[in-house]
Amino acid sequence: MNENRNVKIRVRNLSKVFGSHPKKALELRNQGLKRPEIFEKTGQTLGLSHIDFDVYEGELLVIMGLSGSGKSTLIRCLNRLIEPTEGEIVIDGEDIPQLDTRALLECRRRHFSMVFQNFALFPHRTVQQNAEFGLEIRGVPAEERGKTARHALKQVGLEGWEDAYPNQLSGGMQQRVGLARALANDASVLLMDEAFSALDPLIRGDMQQELLELQNRMQKTTVFITHDLDEALTIGDRIILLKDGEIVQIGTPEEILTRPADDYVRRFIEGVDKSRILTAEHAMRPLRATAREGEGPRTVLRRMREHNLDSIYVTGHDRRLLGLLEVDAAQKAAQQAQDTIREAMTQDFRRVTPEEPMHNLFAMFSAKGFPIAVVDDDQRLLGVVVKGAVLDELAQAAEAAPMADADNDTAAAGEQ
Amino acid sequence: MAIDFPRIPLGQWIEGGLDWLTSEYSVVTRGISRVTQTGIDGLNDALMWLPEWGLMAILAAICWRVANLRLAIGAVAGLAVIWNLGLWNPMIETLTLVVIATLVAVTIAIPVGITAALSERLYRGIMPVLDFMQTMPAFVYLIPAIPFFGIGSVSAIFATVIFSMPPAIRFTTLGIRQVPVELIEAADAYGATRRQKLLKVQLPMSLPTVMAGINQTIMLALSMVVIAAMIGADGLGSEVWRAIQRLRPGDGFEAGIAVVILAMLLDRLTQSLRKQRKS
Repeated sequence: MNENRNVKIRVRNLSKVFGSHPKKALELRNQGLKRPEIFEKTGQTLGLSHIDFDVYEGELLVIMGLSGSGKSTLIRCLNRLIEPTEGEIVIDGEDIPQLDTRALLECRRRHFSMVFQNFALFPHRTVQQNAEFGLEIRGVPAEERGKTARHALKQVGLEGWEDAYPNQLSGGMQQRVGLARALANDASVLLMDEAFSALDPLIRGDMQQELLELQNRMQKTTVFITHDLDEALTIGDRIILLKDGEIVQIGTPEEILTRPADDYVRRFIEGVDKSRILTAEHAMRPLRATAREGEGPRTVLRRMREHNLDSIYVTGHDRRLLGLLEVDAAQKAAQQAQDTIREAMTQDFRRVTPEEPMHNLFAMFSAKGFPIAVVDDDQRLLGVVVKGAVLDELAQAAEAAPMADADNDTAAAGEQ
Repeated sequence: MAIDFPRIPLGQWIEGGLDWLTSEYSVVTRGISRVTQTGIDGLNDALMWLPEWGLMAILAAICWRVANLRLAIGAVAGLAVIWNLGLWNPMIETLTLVVIATLVAVTIAIPVGITAALSERLYRGIMPVLDFMQTMPAFVYLIPAIPFFGIGSVSAIFATVIFSMPPAIRFTTLGIRQVPVELIEAADAYGATRRQKLLKVQLPMSLPTVMAGINQTIMLALSMVVIAAMIGADGLGSEVWRAIQRLRPGDGFEAGIAVVILAMLLDRLTQSLRKQRKS
C-alpha cells in the first residue's frame, strides 16, 4: 500500500525454547539442527527460531500457521505472556524483553489489548464491567471508564446488553464483548489470538467484515493470529506464514498467492489457488462510468465526482478503449480550458482479455491501483477488474473447495 | 540375628515440646485465653439476653432474607422444639462456641488458603499438615489444649479451630486454583498486578467454593464443640456427656436431636448464602 510507513513493533531474532536448558537447544539450532532433532537430543522444544519482522503502524498483520507452528507462542511473546528466550521486541523504543516487572505491566497497559480465542470473559462481571476491565486495571476513574466502555460496546453493536452476564450471550456476542474490552482499553496495539476461530462460519464472516470496517475507521495496529488461510486473505494487509517455529514467507495476500516462497506455501494455498482456472472474466465488474474522447474536461470531472472515481476510462464511439484519464490530469485540462480530454489521457494502464488467467492479474496492479481494463478482440471495453474483486473470487473459490486434505497432512507433518 | 532397636520415645518428645511451649509461652496462652473467654462470654450473654422468641424471630428473618420462607418456618419449628425440650441455654452455648471457633478458623484459613494457592512451595508444605490435622483423631487435640488453656470453653475453641480449619483452607486454595488459566492470562494481558488479579478475578471467582469450605468448617466445628464437652465445654455436648455417664438414653437423644436441628439450620443457611452468591 503506501511505502513510507512507521514501524510500530520491530521483532528481531526472536526465539523461544520450551524446557529447562534453552541454551543447549539454541546451540544445536545454531549448528543447523531442526526442531525434531533438537527435541530428540535435549528434550527441549524449539518453539520459535530466528523470527524477524516488523509491524507497521495502522496495519492489520496476520500471522498464519497450523497448530504447532508457534503462532500462539509468537503473539504471547509480544506482550511477554510467554517469556522469549532470546531476541528483541521493540515497541516505541522500548525493548520489551528487557523490561522489569513494573515496566512490563506499564507497557502491557499502554500498548497491548488482547482478544482471545475462547473469549476469556470474566463470568462474575457484567458485559459493561468486562468492557471496563482494562481501564479499571489502569486506574481510570469510574465515570470516565464507564463512558468509554459504553462507547466501545456501542461500536461492536452491543448497546442495551450492558447489564447482561457473559453466560447469557451467544458465542458471537461474547466475542464482541471481548473486542469491546480491547477497544475500550485504547492501547496502541490490538492482539487477536484466533479471535474468530471458535465461532461458527456465518458469524465468523460477519465478524471479519466488522473488523475490517472498524479497521477502516480506526486504523488500529493489529496482529491477528489464525490457522485459516481464507481468513488471513480476507482481512490481512500483510500475512506472515509460520511453520515449525520459523517464518516461511512474509507478504501481502497477493504476494503469497502469486509468489509462494516454497512448496509448503504452495501446498497451503492449493485449496485457495483456483486462480489457475479462474479468469479475468470472473472478477470483471461492469463500469460505473466512462468518458468519451470528445467530451470536455469539466463534464468528465463532474461525472467522476458523482461516481467517486479517481480515474476513468475513455472510449470512442464504438466503445473502443482509447485511454485512461486521471483526476489530476482532468483538473489540469480544465484549468487550461482545453476543449476535450483527448490530450490529458494516458496509456499507462493494463488491458487484458476476458480469458486472462486470474493469477496473472495480481502482478498487473500498479502502485496507484488503477482497475485493469478488460477488452474484447476488437479492443472494445467490456468491464474492469479491481483488486478487491480478485481476492473475493479467490476467497469464494477456497470456500467452495475446502482445503481439508492439504490441511490434514501438513498438520501431521507439523507435529513432533 | 535380631537387633533389638530401642523404642522411639516419640510420645516423650511431644510431651517435652508441649511442656516447653506451655511454660515458655504461658503469657501468650493466658492472653489468648482471656481474650477468647471475653469473646465467648460477651456473645453468650448477648444471645442469652434476647428472649427466646426474639432470637427465633431474628433467625427466621435472616433465613427468609437469604433463603426462603420454607427455611424460615423450619428454623422456627426446630428452635421451638429445642426450647420445648428445655435445651435452649445449652443450645445457645453451643452456638456461641461454633460461631467463635468458625470466625477464628476462617480468619486464619482464608489468608493461608490464598497464599497456598499462589505459592507452589507453601502448597506442598501445607497439604500434609492439613492431612495431619484432619486425620488425627479429634479427641487428641483436647489433651494439649488443657495445659495450654485449662479446662473449659477456651480449650474447646482451640481444639475446634484446629480440627475445623482444614476444609476452609483447602477450599480456598482449590477455588483460587481452579480459576481458568485463560482468565488469568486475560488479566495479565491487560497489565493487572498480582493484587489486582487476586481482588478482581481470583477471589470473586472462587467465592462459591470458599463458601462451601466455610460451610464444611461450620459443620466440623459443630461436631467438635460437642466432643469438647469432655474437657468441660458447656452446651449440648455436656448434656450428651451427662446422659452417657448416667446411662439415660432418652436425655442423650434429646440433646443429640437438638444438635442435629442446629446443624441443619446452620448448614441450610450457609448453603443458601452460597447459592445466592452464585446466581
